[in-house]
Amino acid sequence: MQVTITVNGTETRAEVEPRLLLVHYLRNVLGLRGTHWGCDTSNCGACTVWLDGVPVKSCTTLAAQADGHAVRTVEDLDSGGELDPLQQAFMEEHGLQCGFCTPGMLMTLRALLDRDPDPDEATIREAISGNLCRCTGYENIVRAARHAAAHPTTAPEEISA
Amino acid sequence: MQTPATFHYERAGSVEEAISLLERHGPETRLLAGGHSLLPMMKIRLASPGTLVDINGLAELDYIRLEGDEIAIGALTRHTGVLDSAVLAEHYRIFAEAERVIADPLVRNRGTVGGSLCQADPAEDLSAVFSALRADLVVASASGRRSVPVREFHLGPYETVVGENEILIEARVPVRPGAGSAYEKVERRAGDWAVAATGAFVQLRDGLAVDVGIGLSAVGADHHSCAEAEEQLRGRELTPDAIAAAAATCRDRCHPTADQRGPVDYKRHLVEVLVTRALTRALERARGEEA
Ligand code: FES
Ligand code: FES
Repeated sequence: MQVTITVNGTETRAEVEPRLLLVHYLRNVLGLRGTHWGCDTSNCGACTVWLDGVPVKSCTTLAAQADGHAVRTVEDLDSGGELDPLQQAFMEEHGLQCGFCTPGMLMTLRALLDRDPDPDEATIREAISGNLCRCTGYENIVRAARHAAAHPTTAPEEISA
Repeated sequence: MQTPATFHYERAGSVEEAISLLERHGPETRLLAGGHSLLPMMKIRLASPGTLVDINGLAELDYIRLEGDEIAIGALTRHTGVLDSAVLAEHYRIFAEAERVIADPLVRNRGTVGGSLCQADPAEDLSAVFSALRADLVVASASGRRSVPVREFHLGPYETVVGENEILIEARVPVRPGAGSAYEKVERRAGDWAVAATGAFVQLRDGLAVDVGIGLSAVGADHHSCAEAEEQLRGRELTPDAIAAAAATCRDRCHPTADQRGPVDYKRHLVEVLVTRALTRALERARGEEA
């Protein structure tokens, strides 16, 4: 079947099998490897992308279901090379080690911060309860989210600091 | 890599179209709502439908609203919509308490009320909630609509009364002025299925329980409930002893099975403890003692 999916603001179009999962459409058809493919069982959240502005697990969504809809992936977070404040915060607070969970964490937390710019720790922990991290123990991820809430814009001097 | 077997994909633009697609493509057709039960089953080939009818576009089934003395919940309402609903928060706290422990926020963004009920997983939480509240479920077909009491909706694990060419479109919950409700669940880790879970509501008049509902999940309870325990409490003052006796009835009347989530006696113990807690908190809320 033919699908037309707006990915990161750009219309994409491809002939796909109905059984193709959105995560593979993004990674293999479009070559957008920022979205990670982990457990494949809707547990880990590494594959989290936005579908019409809502974070979802792309390993449990068909590309066909995104036909005619808008998808946003981690590749779209920075603007013109300038990191999103959340990405910057992950650097500042060491919110990642191996980085496998990071794209999913970023997409989930960006959605949270857009909805609730000043979430408390419990809110952050609940928001990422569908995103597993095997490295950090979550402490620094939560700290990074708080850091991003406290620094909602990325000032250049912070980047060089 | 887990890939579903090949299937034919259709998209329905209305309830009528969904029904006619079900009729046209025959018994190997499944409706695709949130997909968070169906797609994982297809990926491990536990399910291989010939056709999927995607109903995610049916915005007409995504609502929660007060209609007279009932709350109507559209079948395509996402879990997150239930969790955030002001109408449900006002009348039945049990919904948000149950939703908060269903899967995780990302899954709740996609999973639907109707999908959960129709999947009929024996450990599913909303089945216990609706059973406690004695909701009616509205099923549509080409020949019209029928209303099924939720306690007659599930025929067994993964089996419901919804026919091949039918679609669940709505749940209707009676408003019970002054009722208090609560949900209690024990899970092994965040987002997991229940080891045991229970929900309850209590409606008081002159200090007596004019109506009581108890829902049970994951413990093999008949109709996700315990009618005998409800009967024990109805019309009575809900003293701690009365609640304890009803909880013991629930413990003895359910049929848990031993699995990786625990042995039978542990699950029975949980039922007794959780029913006591849910009834006690529902009672406090009905009395206006607990926010
Ligand atoms: S790969 Fe999608 S949830 Fe793990
Ligand atoms: S940084 Fe390694 S999984 Fe999270």
